[in-house]
Amino acid sequence: MEATITLYVDGGRHDLTVDTRTTLLDALRDRLGVTSPKKGCDHGQCGACTVLLEGRRVVSCLALAVAHDGARVTTAAGLAEEGRLHPVARAFVDHDGFQCGYCTPGQVCSAVGMLEEVAADWPSHVTEGLDAPVRLSDEEIRERMSGNLCRCGAYVNIVAAIREAAR
Amino acid sequence: MKPFDYSRPAEASAAVAAVAGDPGAAYIGGGTNLVDRMKLGVTEPTTLVDVRNLLSDRIEELPDGRIRVGGAVPNSDLAAHPEVRRRFPVLSQALLAGASGQLRNVATTGGNLLQRTRCVYFQNRAMPCNKREPGTGCSAVEGYGRYNAVLGASEHCVATHPSDMAVAMTALGARAHVLGPAGERTVDLPGLHRLPGAEPERDTVLEHGDLITAVDLPHLPLALRSTYRKVRNRASYAFALVSVAAALDVVDGTVVDARVAFGGLAHAPWRAHRAEEALRGGPATEEAFREAGRVELADADTGPDNAFKVPMAVNTLALVLRGLTDEEAR
Repeated sequence: MEATITLYVDGGRHDLTVDTRTTLLDALRDRLGVTSPKKGCDHGQCGACTVLLEGRRVVSCLALAVAHDGARVTTAAGLAEEGRLHPVARAFVDHDGFQCGYCTPGQVCSAVGMLEEVAADWPSHVTEGLDAPVRLSDEEIRERMSGNLCRCGAYVNIVAAIREAAR
Repeated sequence: MKPFDYSRPAEASAAVAAVAGDPGAAYIGGGTNLVDRMKLGVTEPTTLVDVRNLLSDRIEELPDGRIRVGGAVPNSDLAAHPEVRRRFPVLSQALLAGASGQLRNVATTGGNLLQRTRCVYFQNRAMPCNKREPGTGCSAVEGYGRYNAVLGASEHCVATHPSDMAVAMTALGARAHVLGPAGERTVDLPGLHRLPGAEPERDTVLEHGDLITAVDLPHLPLALRSTYRKVRNRASYAFALVSVAAALDVVDGTVVDARVAFGGLAHAPWRAHRAEEALRGGPATEEAFREAGRVELADADTGPDNAFKVPMAVNTLALVLRGLTDEEAR
């Protein structure tokens, strides 16, 4: 079973025909050659495939491409503007927030989406009280980023990078 | 993954007709659980009917004080809604204790209620499982039992319900609006999710083709002082071993009213009617809280892997109720 859909990826329009089983991740990587989002677990547990879908962070491996016809997708590569790294990506470089780098595009997209959520004053599991403004402590960063695993264990530097980018 | 047709009807009635008339059809909302099950081969729909853009994604305050949550409202938005945070802290906290930020941004209210157990045998097609393939047997009874149910299980199934949100809604007494082939009806929580009995393949009382279009949160001042506590293997992004949703009203050291539901203990979110009864009219003391927990867990059936859940449930309930009492005193 096939369907023809349109995706707007990192500012570019793509019309493509996909098998209905195709995930957004596979459409991006295998059909459009957009390899910034990575396939890790392919079950929504590791976060390596995180992209911004209509501005919100999601795991692209559990999204069916056919269900997101017409959607606007931003990957970590698409966050750069005029050849300059996005401030969050820059902070990952400055703080050595990775080792092998495989999880990094997902971490960066997740952090960008997460900082928007904090700006919108969304509480988290560790936020003290549901009515107080969120203060982005290291504990908050760790909780909010728990959907992104790093097998190299670069968490300390990832937290430092996000802490700086949040300033 | 097996091939499937995909459709996105414009009307709810058309969606219901499409699923009700096709035994191989399934609704898809956010897809965070369904697509995963399809990858695992645990669920193999031949048709997906997408209702994400069809159902309401709004949270409305009704004139009588209820809050109506559209079936497609993402978990993130429900958790962050100012009135939900203020009037139903237990619900916001339950949602925030579940899954990850990415999943909460997609998972819907209706889909969260209908997500299926993460029992490792249910999710593994190589193993017998009565829930996945009725009549094949239950691998969990003699197998890895850390997550197994301790209340209301049957010889056919010892799986636990995975949702945090549903535990809070069960404590609150939320009401699901259901559209089926015969029209609209409502189903209250508790009462939506069922115990396994001899039909563990049925998680809920809903029939094939039924669609949850919205969930109403009741006008319940008691819930102003409510909370959710989840105990798990790690600090974040894990399913509950035991969780407690509770609301408490204490006046002059006496419990006037209480709502309690447990997660992680049973095939359904477990409304603790016995504990509530034991608490009402009694002293708001540590010992009374523990006794209420013991009363609720009196019929617990445990094995070596999950016996820890009984003291864990009693301790967590006492901790939660003490916290709510201290909050009231402030």
